[in-house]
Amino acid sequence: MTVFILRRVLQAILVLAITSLIVFLGVYAIGDPLEILLPADASMAERAQVAASLHLDQPLPLQYLNFVTSALQGDFGRSFVYNRPALEVIFERLPATLELVTTSLVLSLVIGLPLGLWAGMKPGTLTDESVMTGSILGFSLPNFWQGMMLIMIFSVWLGWLPSTGRGDTGTVLGLRTSYATWDGFVHLLLPALNLAMAQIALVIRLTRTGVQETMPLDFVKYARARGLSERRILFVHVLKTILIPIVTVLGIEFGSLIAFAVVTETIFAWPGVGKLIIDSINMLDRPVVVAYILVIVTMFILINLIVDVLYSLLDPRIRSRA
Amino acid sequence: MTSIALLKGEGMVPRIARGMLGSPKASIAFIVCLVLILAAVFAPMIAPQNPYDLNEIDFFDAKLPPMSVGYNGMTYILGTDGQGRDMFSAMLYGLRTSLAVGVTAGVLAMVVGTAMGLLAAYRGGAIDSVIMRFVDLMLGFPTILVALMILVVFGQGVDKVILALVFVQWAYFARAVRATALVESGKEYAEAARCLGIPAWRIMFAHILPNCLPPLIVIGTIQVASAIAAEATLSFLGIGLPITQPSLGLLISNGYQVMLAGLYWMSVYPGLLLLVLVFSVNIVGDRLREILNPRLAQ
Repeated sequence: MTVFILRRVLQAILVLAITSLIVFLGVYAIGDPLEILLPADASMAERAQVAASLHLDQPLPLQYLNFVTSALQGDFGRSFVYNRPALEVIFERLPATLELVTTSLVLSLVIGLPLGLWAGMKPGTLTDESVMTGSILGFSLPNFWQGMMLIMIFSVWLGWLPSTGRGDTGTVLGLRTSYATWDGFVHLLLPALNLAMAQIALVIRLTRTGVQETMPLDFVKYARARGLSERRILFVHVLKTILIPIVTVLGIEFGSLIAFAVVTETIFAWPGVGKLIIDSINMLDRPVVVAYILVIVTMFILINLIVDVLYSLLDPRIRSRA
Repeated sequence: MTSIALLKGEGMVPRIARGMLGSPKASIAFIVCLVLILAAVFAPMIAPQNPYDLNEIDFFDAKLPPMSVGYNGMTYILGTDGQGRDMFSAMLYGLRTSLAVGVTAGVLAMVVGTAMGLLAAYRGGAIDSVIMRFVDLMLGFPTILVALMILVVFGQGVDKVILALVFVQWAYFARAVRATALVESGKEYAEAARCLGIPAWRIMFAHILPNCLPPLIVIGTIQVASAIAAEATLSFLGIGLPITQPSLGLLISNGYQVMLAGLYWMSVYPGLLLLVLVFSVNIVGDRLREILNPRLAQ
């Protein structure tokens, strides 16, 4: 077991090192931040001075070495645009993204589970067929366009919900959150629904398959024989069994939601890390781009590592295979 | 799988055709796909104007709503964009770009993935472990993040977008091909081929690869749909295709700027077309899965 975890941790570190090298080389090999930071009529002396202050005049390997040593100390350099530490800029925006992502996960369970149970209970019927076609539609809807349509329907035509921004936030238990104010809450609804759409489709599919696989099992037959009501069998016994894989998948999806928040935040002007990265790419703000990618990749590697270790604890067969 | 089809005396193509006809939903989706592909291929002949020929565009016709008649007497059935381009024509050309990028990326990913999957299956050992660890790693990261990283590193452009999509998608093919190839190489026909002294690479490509086709077809269809959607998303974010080759995603992105001002047609119609395209390809893929899955096909 220890060997297994050690090996996985080493693999994780290797992946992180390779990613950092690729990202560093790629980001630093293209574009010239001086073009953006300096006015067009800047003199050579001014250029050299700014380049020196950002260490852009050093040879590339030396820049990388400096970069890795500082990165390990949590220093990804100062953002060219905000003139503040890149990591600070990212961590300042992260709570808004996490709030959006958790709300989406809750939404996908609240909407997806009942629909999946409904379809799973009636396999082959019109209900099942419509719910399943609907879930393919959910997968197929291009995320960004679907968000625009939400804005158009609920903000422009109906005028029920605000279109963009985060609205007022309040403080609950020391956390700045949109849930604290009504204005913040209504601002959260559309972006969360937009981000949740594909997950809803996923939860529907997982639930339906789960119900169909669980219903013929012996414990369900036994529960029926005991005279339990269909409703109780479905909502207590079957649901409890199928919830485990669904929650596991959603846990893994957590990371991909953070990545997809890039799209949602761009459409809804949500002030999270996703919007930050797109703005930073467009403004060639290298330290922020590099820090974002490495923070997200680290998060992913951690999530995958935790899932792997948990699985191997639960299922010893995986350990011998790896 | 093929053995089942052989027992029935039925090849794969008739089986797919019969299965498609068996579901009205899938038949409609298949016809829609076909129409869209034809429309994309013959776009220059169907489109009322060439939206990228400046001589044919009248700036005075900019931002006209659907069904307007322009100065030159032409009826714009889906309106015009900010430069006075006919939306319908722009969409046909956009569809062309979207489909070309999506299909190219899907096919390249299939070739790379199949080669890697077969290599992993028939070499085994260290090569297998390295390839599969890499596949696991790729599948652990969301498409959009990897594509974003690649585009940040290599910059914009059609070739870069295709590269990013191939890089993201080959792993799905590799995993499926390796799994199928491992099962197939344990079967009697593969054993018989080995006994005849046929070289391993030949068994892999000539005997086992054809039997990996069913899962490849299913994954290929679904990956093309996902490549089209991913390209549109990247172009919408402004890091995908350049403005000189506007795909549906870029058209939608341009329309987004004026959507809140009520000029809905510039983003709604290209989006609907994109949705219909991705949705129908996915429905066809879903049906193919049902037809080709031996556990479901009874």
